[in-house]
Amino acid sequence: MTDVNELLLGDVKEGSQLPVLEKDVTPVTVVLGAMASRDWRPQHHDYKFAVNNNGVQDIFMNTPNLAAWFERYLTDWTGPKGRLGRIRFRMKDSVFPGDRMHFSGEVTGVESMGNGVGWLEVSISLTAGDKSCVGCEAKIAVPETPEGNPWSLEGEDWKP
Amino acid sequence: MTAQSAEDLPEEVQSWIGQERYTEQTTFPIEMGYVYTTLSATENGNPLYWDEKVAEELTGGPITLPTMVSAWFRPHHWSPGRTEPAVPLQLHFDLKDRLDLPEAVMSDNSIIFGKPIRPGDVLTTTQILYSVSPLKKTKLGTGRFWEFGVKITNQHGELCAEERYTGYGYNRS
Repeated sequence: MTDVNELLLGDVKEGSQLPVLEKDVTPVTVVLGAMASRDWRPQHHDYKFAVNNNGVQDIFMNTPNLAAWFERYLTDWTGPKGRLGRIRFRMKDSVFPGDRMHFSGEVTGVESMGNGVGWLEVSISLTAGDKSCVGCEAKIAVPETPEGNPWSLEGEDWKP
Repeated sequence: MTAQSAEDLPEEVQSWIGQERYTEQTTFPIEMGYVYTTLSATENGNPLYWDEKVAEELTGGPITLPTMVSAWFRPHHWSPGRTEPAVPLQLHFDLKDRLDLPEAVMSDNSIIFGKPIRPGDVLTTTQILYSVSPLKKTKLGTGRFWEFGVKITNQHGELCAEERYTGYGYNRS
């Protein structure tokens, strides 16, 4: 295959840390992400609406955009064979322009499927300064051997 | 797990719990333009989406980002004949309206991913309400939490994703 980063199941164990990702948020980060996810609600692009109607300090990142950031964080680490099985996140505080997003993660589970592919369970935290913004739990399939390919699993073989 | 619903709900809202509503097809074929905009918005360099050879080798051709699933069933902001902007997740907005809770945020979101969504797919979505909480006071105001979901299948009837949301509708304090 084209030379790409590829995490194998055996490369990590419970407690392994994911590399940290940091990103400064600007209005463009918020608006571009909202438009990419076809979210036209004004609190994601209209400052006055967000302040006056939502009672918050500024426009803020929408949920699907945050989901896409979590996906990027995970697949930066696994490489393109990483296939998301499930993801759950809980919003605790909003992410605004001016915030510096800080993603960190830890492996909480490792399980072989016995077919050249295995599951990794990962707990991710998105913070901005002192704020804890989003907690996320994800389950992602990665190859157990260089030949394994989670994307080839279908039907009964894919049980996220 | 689904929470117990409040007992002081309007009869109409009570009747929605557990019922499949708003079964709809996506209004345009799935395409890669939004995928590249999402990759750009998140500075995501995953070669599965940028390199045709990698896509061919791993997934038999291009697929869309799994977490983009909700983008495909959001309606156009305007379309011919429409006088009011369309809203996504109509069930969420119905609850705001019927419960007289004008503001709302999403507090919890989970997605289980199935068959990858590919360019050209036509998706069908169904919304379902699972629960509505009693009135609760938070730092945003006083309102209710509701749990609802969306099931997404492709034109072959294959399950592509199941999303579940927790929304909080409120009156500002």
